[in-house]
This record gives sequence, structure tokens and C-alpha cells, in this order.
Amino acid sequence: MTAQLCANAPAGPLASRWQRRRADLELVGPTRRRRHHLLVVGAGLAGASAAASLSEFGYRVRCLAFHDSPRRAHSVAAQGGINAAKNYQNDGDSIERLFHDTLKGGDFRARESNVYRLAELSVRIIDHAVAQGVPFAREYGGHLANRSFGGALVSRTFYARGLTGQQLLLGAYQALAKEESAGGVTMLARREMLDLLVVDGRARGVIARDLVSGALEAHVADAVVLATGGYANVYFLSTNAKASNATAIWRAYRRGAAFANPGFVQFHPTCLPAAGTHQAKLTLMSESLRNDGRVWVPLRAGDDRSPEDIPESERDYFLERRYPSYGNLVPRDVASRAVKAVCDNGRGIGPGARSVYLDLADAVQRLGADALRERYGNLFEMYEHLTGDDPLRVAMRIAPAAHYTMGGLWVDYDLMSTIPGLFVIGEANFSDQGANRLGASALMQGLADGYFILPATLGGYLAGERLVPIGEDGAEAVAAVAEVRARLEKLLASKGRRTATDFHRALGRVLGDACGIERSHVGLTRAINEVAALREAFWEDVTVPGGDRELNQELERAGRVADFLELGELMCRDALAREESCGCHFRVEHQTEDGEARRDDGRFAHVAAWTPGAPGRGPEPLIEPLAFETMPPSERSYR
Amino acid sequence: MKIALRIWRQRDPYDTGRFVRYDLDQMRPETTLLEALDVLNEGLVARGEPPVAFDSDCREGICGACGLVVDGRPHGPVPGATTCLVTLRAFGDGGTITLEPFRTGAFPIVRDLVVDRRALDRVVQAGGYVSVRTGSAPEANTIPVERDTADRALDAAACIGCGACVAACPNGSAALFVGAKLTHLGLLPQGQPERARRARALVAAADREGFGSCTLHGECEAACPKRIDVSVIARMNREYLSAAFATWWS
Repeated sequence: MTAQLCANAPAGPLASRWQRRRADLELVGPTRRRRHHLLVVGAGLAGASAAASLSEFGYRVRCLAFHDSPRRAHSVAAQGGINAAKNYQNDGDSIERLFHDTLKGGDFRARESNVYRLAELSVRIIDHAVAQGVPFAREYGGHLANRSFGGALVSRTFYARGLTGQQLLLGAYQALAKEESAGGVTMLARREMLDLLVVDGRARGVIARDLVSGALEAHVADAVVLATGGYANVYFLSTNAKASNATAIWRAYRRGAAFANPGFVQFHPTCLPAAGTHQAKLTLMSESLRNDGRVWVPLRAGDDRSPEDIPESERDYFLERRYPSYGNLVPRDVASRAVKAVCDNGRGIGPGARSVYLDLADAVQRLGADALRERYGNLFEMYEHLTGDDPLRVAMRIAPAAHYTMGGLWVDYDLMSTIPGLFVIGEANFSDQGANRLGASALMQGLADGYFILPATLGGYLAGERLVPIGEDGAEAVAAVAEVRARLEKLLASKGRRTATDFHRALGRVLGDACGIERSHVGLTRAINEVAALREAFWEDVTVPGGDRELNQELERAGRVADFLELGELMCRDALAREESCGCHFRVEHQTEDGEARRDDGRFAHVAAWTPGAPGRGPEPLIEPLAFETMPPSERSYR
Repeated sequence: MKIALRIWRQRDPYDTGRFVRYDLDQMRPETTLLEALDVLNEGLVARGEPPVAFDSDCREGICGACGLVVDGRPHGPVPGATTCLVTLRAFGDGGTITLEPFRTGAFPIVRDLVVDRRALDRVVQAGGYVSVRTGSAPEANTIPVERDTADRALDAAACIGCGACVAACPNGSAALFVGAKLTHLGLLPQGQPERARRARALVAAADREGFGSCTLHGECEAACPKRIDVSVIARMNREYLSAAFATWWS
């Protein structure tokens, strides 16, 4: 029988669990807090908010980021908004409804206790962000405005034009700056974590590379927090920033932190289609555009007239047709699959016929171009810069792209991984989004974790531990540094013929075909072998110029691709083992007659948290069963 | 299309640096300038040569990591676009494009086109925030904010911290950056209690970091990819003067 994992959530009524946990957590006294050194890796929404809040408590925090400044973290690119159950619209919203929508949006593959806590804390995030000076959109009366997002029938999304992520990140960045100036946080920029330091079974630090000098540094601490984001860049082309990578969480996995649901990846339906072989990444167009835009394709396959020449009667508004109650605002997994279906049907448009139209013509008539520019101005500008078209005149062309990873390191209710002392927050953990994340929920989760949950639970861990002091020159640290150095030297020594980017592109093609919007037993089985072969070829034939004692961006890239080549295989193994369809994980063998996902709650109402397994045996999953006490899983219908 | 890239190569801060010319063939007009650099770099790496170091991340014009001087202009020829959003459409077939790092005293060159912009972070650390402790905020709708005020605050808060304003300024001044932060927080009710202290602290920090003084050339506004205008500098001067007078009189 497979070993089981326990989330360690409090019992009792859902609505009071977080309150109860907070009351039960032991506290660390103020003088003792000053003696605790903590490490936060990553300074995006989750990392910056956590580092700042921990410093406010009095802990000594060291924060690492691979960018030149924490303000560059990819949270900055989130466009559309952040959900909160404020019910300012008086349209029937409540904590219960946000909980319900998020759990259903995740297709009942998330932990009830966590999702409820997230909904509960959502309202405090808005309060805090407003107090920090985040300039959210306002009504004429001066009160906060909302818009709608996919998967909800209420309007609960707070926003700042298409810059919501940037503005919330700047709030957290400024909080971090405040704590840096107060002396509680030491920010180390241009540092990349390359290994986790585990001493006596506890996470006690990281090995990082100074990306400018190339020096390897051991940073020791009493606890380590990973806030290093998601791994959608494993597909090569994704909406993630170029440098976003999985190395920190993958190194932690290799040191014993279980990796939960690696196969759960969200494809965002509204991205700019790839424009040729030189394409380096894909660009997101906010889901909020589906508030006012209508998605369609020509009724007839091969219809190559320009969109304005195709009359209404010869268009198929396929989301409105298939999902009359949610229409264009169905969740992302449903929308992406529908887009893929019409394209597979030969009715896609644009080069390669893999795109569909997102058309604002009706909204221009209804609201006027100025009102739309006010809502989405920066998005239109970006679209026009990249494509040369003005979306207010010509229907936009959009296509799905890898965007967000619901999978990540397994954490318990206190956000601690299977390695004591290693906490994981934001997109880097797996916890709250289930098998599909609803729009405007990532900012919510990153900030709930960083501002409110982690600073409380981390104290509970420290209060209960008697940690012996360790030094940066201790035996474990020295050994870990040597291992990292050997790996870097191995990358530099392999003077092959192919670039790391070339391998990355090949990996992306394999995963996109086999472990993308649709998966099958045959495809995944083949992909596992193909990824393994690629990995072998990589270590024989990669070429990395330069040395390790200098700024060497190609060495950074090669290390990240090497880890993606391992992670890609685990994703396929997870997707293969989950013999059901749920949320974004769509196995063609498991679908309804209408082509919708068919869950198997009897066999798969669980989290699969993978461990490297015994030598020679390969990865093995630990199972966390999911119990639904408050809300029994129902068929997830948006029709 | 064919293009030639004339790129500043500098091994480290101590190297004198030089321009090196590279030719690229079979490029497409919709390819971005940074994708052209990616293509060049992949070719260099495959030949075992060190690629051109440059910063870039989101490729959507929001992270502020990229910032090259393109044909003498920070972020290049397209108004309102960061370097990453400039496509080859903006250049003629067969033309030469010159790429340099941001050149200003407060941003030391790290390698090739990469510069160190941490000075901007240190300016923010001096007081570019609202001192509010996590968990202590009142209900968000307690203080209404005029819609127009929130909009203008957001116009200023949209600054991406790329440093193009500094690179464009003949004096190497960060006045547009500082003015944008003072405007953002100075307009909102939440920023009022620390307003005078913030104005004094940010201006002093910018001086300390070696940024020059503003003499109203207006080059910063022309270079700003987020179209932040020089009215934020007027506001900075006003805030700084009234803060200074307040100290003097008290």
C-alpha cells in the first residue's frame, strides 16, 4: 500500500479552523525572535510579503533574488486582478461563495481547509494593499471598483487597469524596502539558489551562486522559505518570464521534499499566438478582456476572409454556444480545451490555423473606445507594439499557452514541506488551486501565504524546535558547496555541439504534445522515454562557453534546463498515473460524451506527492487523501 | 530581412570595452529586437563564444529588466515601448542597429549590456513607502479616494524602475523616478502622514547615490516607456520645498 501524507489541518467546523490553529500555535518571544535567522528565497509577491512581515515580527531575514532588484519578479506581470470576498457589489458574494467557486474551479482536487482559509484572508489582503497605497480602480464615489473574472457569477475582482500584479508587487517591494531600511531584512540580489542545505533532517540553509562574481555561498538559517514561483517555463514557450525556473524547488525535491501533482499545469486561453521560429516566449492578454470580448471562429473550415468581412451568421461564438450560462467567462481550462477543439476541427485562424478571434467590436459599440481604453489601455498598447494591429479596429488573434502550475512542492496546512523547517509559499507550493486555478486567484494566494499565513505558522515551528547552531563552514555546508561546484564544472566541461536552448526547445515540443492541454496513455508513455533520451543527450552534447567565476548567463540557463529535463519526466509520470480527467488535466480516455472532463472521485480524490524513491526504482508517490466534509464534489458544469 | 547589430562588448567593469559588429540574416519583421539578440547568442554559444550579456525577463514591458540604448536612445525608437517590445519592423531592411548599455555614473556596467541599477532600490529604501504593519489596516472602503486622484496616482505608480530616464538625462538625474514615487504616494490619503519626510529623504538619497540634478531638459519624459511626464518633477520640487520650509519654520 502507498504511504500516506497528513495535512495536519485542525478539525472542527471549517469556518473556525484557521482561528483555532492560530490560537494553538506556540509563540516565540520578542527577544528570541531577534536571535532567529531566516532565509527567504525569491522576492515576488509571496517572498517579498513574507520577508517584510517576518522582519516586522523581529526576525532577522535574509532574502535572495536572482534579479538585479526584487521589483522585477514575475508577479509584476499579472494583469487582470485579485479576488476578494468583500461583496462590495452586493451581488451575493461571501467567503463561503469564494470558497465554493475556488474549490469547484479547482475541480475538487484542493484541500478544503486551505481553500476556506484563503477565501477568509482575501478580504484582509485588500485592506492591507489599500493601506500601502496600492492605487486600485475606484468608482466615482471614491469606493473600490470591481470586475468579473472567469468561473464566477459575482463581481469580486479588484484591479488597477491591467497593472494589478505590478501594483501589488510594488506594495510588497516597498514593504521590503521599509524593512531593509529598518535593518531587519538583508536583500541579496543576483543570487540563485542551487541547493538546499539539510542538517539532521531539517532545512538549515541554501547554497547560492552570486551571479555576478560566480562565487558559491552557503547561507545558513533556522528555517528556509521558498517563494520561487512556478515551472511553466518547462514548456520552453510559456507566458512566464524568460528566467522563471524550477531549480530551487527541484533541488529541494532532490533533497527530500515531496513534489505534489506535478502534472497540473494551466494553459491560458488568451495569449498572443507564436509568430515564427525565433519566438522566445508567449505574451499573455488578460482574462479580463473576456468581460468585454467575444471569442469566435468562422463556421466554415478554411474560411480565410478577414474577420470584418465574415457576417454574423457565418461565425461560431463557440464558448457562448457550448456554455450558455458562463459564456465567454468559463474558467481557463474549459476555454483552452474549447479553443483546441475548434482548431483541431480545422476552424482555427491565422498562420498554422491554431488561433481564434477575441473580438471587441460589440463592446466598442456598446461602451465606446474610450471606456475600453480606460479599462485595458496598456494591454491594447502592448498588443499593438507586438502585432502592429489595433484591437479596437481589428479582432485580436489569441491562442492558449502554458501559464501557471498548480503543482509544486507539497506543503501541510502550515505551509511546511515534507522536510521540517522548509516552508514553501506562492506558486512554488501546490496547495490551494486544485487541478485548475481561477483567474485573479494567484495574487490572492501569494499574498495570503506571505503576509498572513507563513509569518504565523513559521513561529509555531521555531517555538517547538531546539535547533543547534550551525556555521557556514560546517561539514554539511562544505559538502553541499562541493556538490554544486562539481555540477557546474560538469556543465562547463561538456563541450558538445548543441545549446541548452536547443535542448529546452526540444523538451518543450515533447511536453507540449504529450503533457499539454490533452494527455493520453500512449503519448505520455512515449514522452517519458523521449525526455529521458533528451536528458542523456544533454549531458553528452550540451555546450556552455565561459567559466563559473564570472557573470555567465549561459551557465545559468544550462543549469535550469538540466533541472527542467528531470522535472519534465516527473510531470509525465504524474499525468500517466492519474487515470482520470480533472480541471486542466485532461486524459482523452476519460471524458464525457460532450467532451468534458470526467473525474474519478473513487480512485483519485487525492494529492499525489512524488518522492525520488529508492535508488534504481524511480519516483514514487505519497498519497494525501482529500476529504470533502463541507462541500461534496459535484459535477463541474459551466453550461 | 537582414540586419547588422553593432554591440558594446565589455568583459567586466575594468575592461575598456568596444563595439563588435554581427550580421543576422533571415530575420522577420515581427521578431523583436531581443529575440534577434537571442538568435545571435544561440549562434555564438554553438560556436563556443561568449554570448552577449543583457538583462531581460518578462518581455512584456512591465518588469523593467531590459533597457538598452538603441541607436542612441534608451529603449529605442518606438515611443511608449520598452526595448523588449520593439520589433524589427521599426528598422529598415539591411540597416545597422547600435546597442549600448545605459550609460550613467550611478549605474556601473557589469558586463556587456548589463548594468547595476541597485541605486534606484536604495532611493526607495530611504522612504518610498507607507509605513504600515501587516495586519493593522482598516477596512479598505473606510477612506474614499477620488477616482481621478486614484487614476493620477496610478499613472505615476506605473513606473517600472528601468532607469531609462536617468540614462536619457544629460545630467544623469533620477528626478523623474523620484518624482513618480512622490506623486504616487503624495496624492493618496494613505501617503499623507509621511509626505514631508518622504520628500526630503528621497531627494537626499538620490543625491547620495550620485544622480545629477534636474535642469529640465525633458529628455526623461521622451525616453520613459510608461509615458510618465515631467509634471511629476514639478510636484517633487513643490513637495521638497514645502517640506524644507516646514522644517525651517518649526
